This record gives sequence, structure tokens and C-alpha cells, in this order.
Amino acid sequence: MVLTVSDLAVARGGAPVLEGLSFSVAPGEALVLRGPNGIGKTTLLRTLAGLQPPIAGTVNFPEDTGAYASHADGIKAQLTVTENLAFWADVHGADLVDSVFEAFDLVDLRDRFAGTLSAGQKRRLGLARLGVIGRDVLFLDEPTVSLDGFSVKMFASWLRDTHLALGGIAVIATHIDLGLDAPELDLTPFKAAPDARGGSDEAFL
Amino acid sequence: MIALLRRDLALAVRAGGGFGLGLAFFLIVVVLVPFGVGPEAALLTLIAPGILWVAALLAALLSLDRIFALDFEDGSLPLLATSPLPLEGVALIKGIAHWITTGLPLTLAAPALGFLLNLAPSAYVWLFASLALGTPALSMIGTFGAALTVGLRRGGLLMSLLVLPLYVPTLIFGAEAVRRGADGLGAATPLLMLAGITLGSFALLPFAASAALRVNLK
Repeated sequence: MVLTVSDLAVARGGAPVLEGLSFSVAPGEALVLRGPNGIGKTTLLRTLAGLQPPIAGTVNFPEDTGAYASHADGIKAQLTVTENLAFWADVHGADLVDSVFEAFDLVDLRDRFAGTLSAGQKRRLGLARLGVIGRDVLFLDEPTVSLDGFSVKMFASWLRDTHLALGGIAVIATHIDLGLDAPELDLTPFKAAPDARGGSDEAFL
Repeated sequence: MIALLRRDLALAVRAGGGFGLGLAFFLIVVVLVPFGVGPEAALLTLIAPGILWVAALLAALLSLDRIFALDFEDGSLPLLATSPLPLEGVALIKGIAHWITTGLPLTLAAPALGFLLNLAPSAYVWLFASLALGTPALSMIGTFGAALTVGLRRGGLLMSLLVLPLYVPTLIFGAEAVRRGADGLGAATPLLMLAGITLGSFALLPFAASAALRVNLK
């Protein structure tokens, strides 16, 4: 299982943002995406996850192994922490195991309604979703927003010691140092030329 | 898919879930109409089938924009789209969940409210049957409309404009079935047409809704 990207070009709102991207990530490895705001990190991650079609190039990884996590966690305020996680586990046909609550420091919050959690606690819940769905290829968009230093370390160690150690793959867009021993890819050189062609509409219709 | 249905139903009955919104609206319209029309029992009997069906339709319309908008706002929708659930299945389940929280209570409450409108005694069974057959189509057509407008701010008005014309056949055949029942005529033909609309909606619209969702998620 390898994530391979070749000669990829992506567009946002019909305007090309990145082009000529090629890389591959082997099992047990992570790739950290760097670049200034607006360079196209989110667009690239959404394209990799299959939420939008690329305007050129290919993305290859085994079908139904990818998972996407963005700023929005998909948490329902009216459900408890356990119910939220149990739902995503159910949808993915996985079991909700207790170790997830420990790994993301949610043990004491199990029966709290998600609407009563703080921003950082919600983020931990959102990230814990990645721990229950059993997907191998993770596309993470700013996973550490609103986490405190301790939680960042906790998440990084889950990523390193659980996900990657079991042969998973992660592509992470982040501005901070997660302390992972992972190669970094600066997206600045791949910025699309202003007159590059390709819009989103004809690619879809 | 069962997990999604269970979650949507749980969300609907919890605080702020909107369960009962349609039912309350239905109740209010049906209670107010006799005040507006006046105390003429014969006139009420005449217009009862139409009023009941229009009220049920508007009540179903009321909660449509929540079908996908809430999942879109909190980011669940892209996560569902990348999950093993087919998006067509997600649309189908959303339609079913909307019917269980809106159409089903309306169907069950309608006979009791028919009494307030002095509905002809022979029409009650047809009112129940026509709503049971017709409201699933309202939910599924509405799910398609909600999918079309999911990314739009204040998309509710546009969605109503898109959905209302599609509701017209359901309304015509639904009210016709009740009217024929009230006059003691056979109502089998309009009921068959209603059933056809419902089955056709459930067969085709999940695919249309998921295509619309894919465009809107891009």
C-alpha cells in the first residue's frame, strides 16, 4: 500500500492553484505539507481525499482506505462523546475500542454532550474519530488547531506510535512542528502559473 | 446506513432537533383555517381535503433545508462522502429519516385534525392512505432539493422555488384521492398515481441527490 501522486494539478473555484506535483509516501511514513496561507494545502488534501477531481494527473492509493479531517470535525453537539465516536465507527464498520479514549484523553468526557466541550476538547474528539475508523491513509488539514501543547504531543505520539507504526500513511498540512520524523514538502515551487488552463466545471460536466 | 438513520433520528428528537416542528405547523394551520373561513360546516367539508393536503405539504417543506445544511455546516458531509457509505445511500437514508420525523407524524395526526375541518366521515381512511403513500415522495423530492442547495447561504427560498413545482403532482393526486373518498367515489386511481410518484422518487432521486451533493462538495 503506497500513496502515489503523479503530475497532479488542482484547482479551487475554477482557478488552478497547484500544478506538477509528484510524490509518493510509503507505509509507515508521513508527509508534512508546508507553504504560506492560500498556497493550496487544503485544496490539495481535498483532491487527494477524492472530494474534488484533479484537473490533471493522478492520485493512487487502495480504494476505501483514505480518511479526511479538516477544520470542521463533523461533531454533533446533541450527541455525547461516546455516541459521536460510535457513529463514525459504525459507519466504517469498525469497533469502538477503549484505548481510543485514553489515546486522546477523553476518558473523563465520555458521557458529556459534545456541545458542552471546549474548542480544544472538540478538536481532540474530532481527531479521535481517526482512531476509530481504522483507515490507513489519513489526510489531515491543520490537525492541531486549538490544541494545547500537551495535546499536540499526545496527538503526535498517537500518530507516530499507533497509526504509522502499524503501517499507516499520513499527509499533514500544518504550520507547527509536530515532532514527527517526517519529510517536508514545500508547496511554494508548485504554484500554478496565473494563466494555467483548466476550470472545475468542464472537468465535472 | 442503519447507523446514519439511527443518528439522524436521535438528533431529531433531542434538543433543537426540529422533531415536531412540521407537526406543530400542521396543527396551527388546520386549527386556524376554520377561524378564517367562518363557521359554515358545509364549506369546511368541501375544502377540508385540499386544506389538509396543502398544510401537510407546507409542513414537510418547512424542515427540508435542515436535511443537509446541518451536516454541511459542522463538516460531517465531506466525512460521510469519504466514508464507505455510498453517497446515494446517504441521500436515501436522509429522505427516510425526514419522512419518519415529518411525514409519519403528519399521517398519524391527520385523521384527528380532519375532525376539526369537518371532513366527511367516508374520507378519513382515504386521507390516511393518501398521506401514507404521498408524504414519502414529499420527503424524497425535498431531499433532492436540499442536496441541490446545500452549499448556499440562505438557500431555503431557492430550494422552495425548486421543490414546489415538483410537489404539485403529489398534491393534486393526494387531495383528489381524499375528495373522491369524501364523495363516496373510488379513489384507487389517484392512490395508484401517488404510489407511482413515491416509488419513482425513491428509485431515481437518491442518484440525482448524490450527484448534486458531489457538485456542491467540490
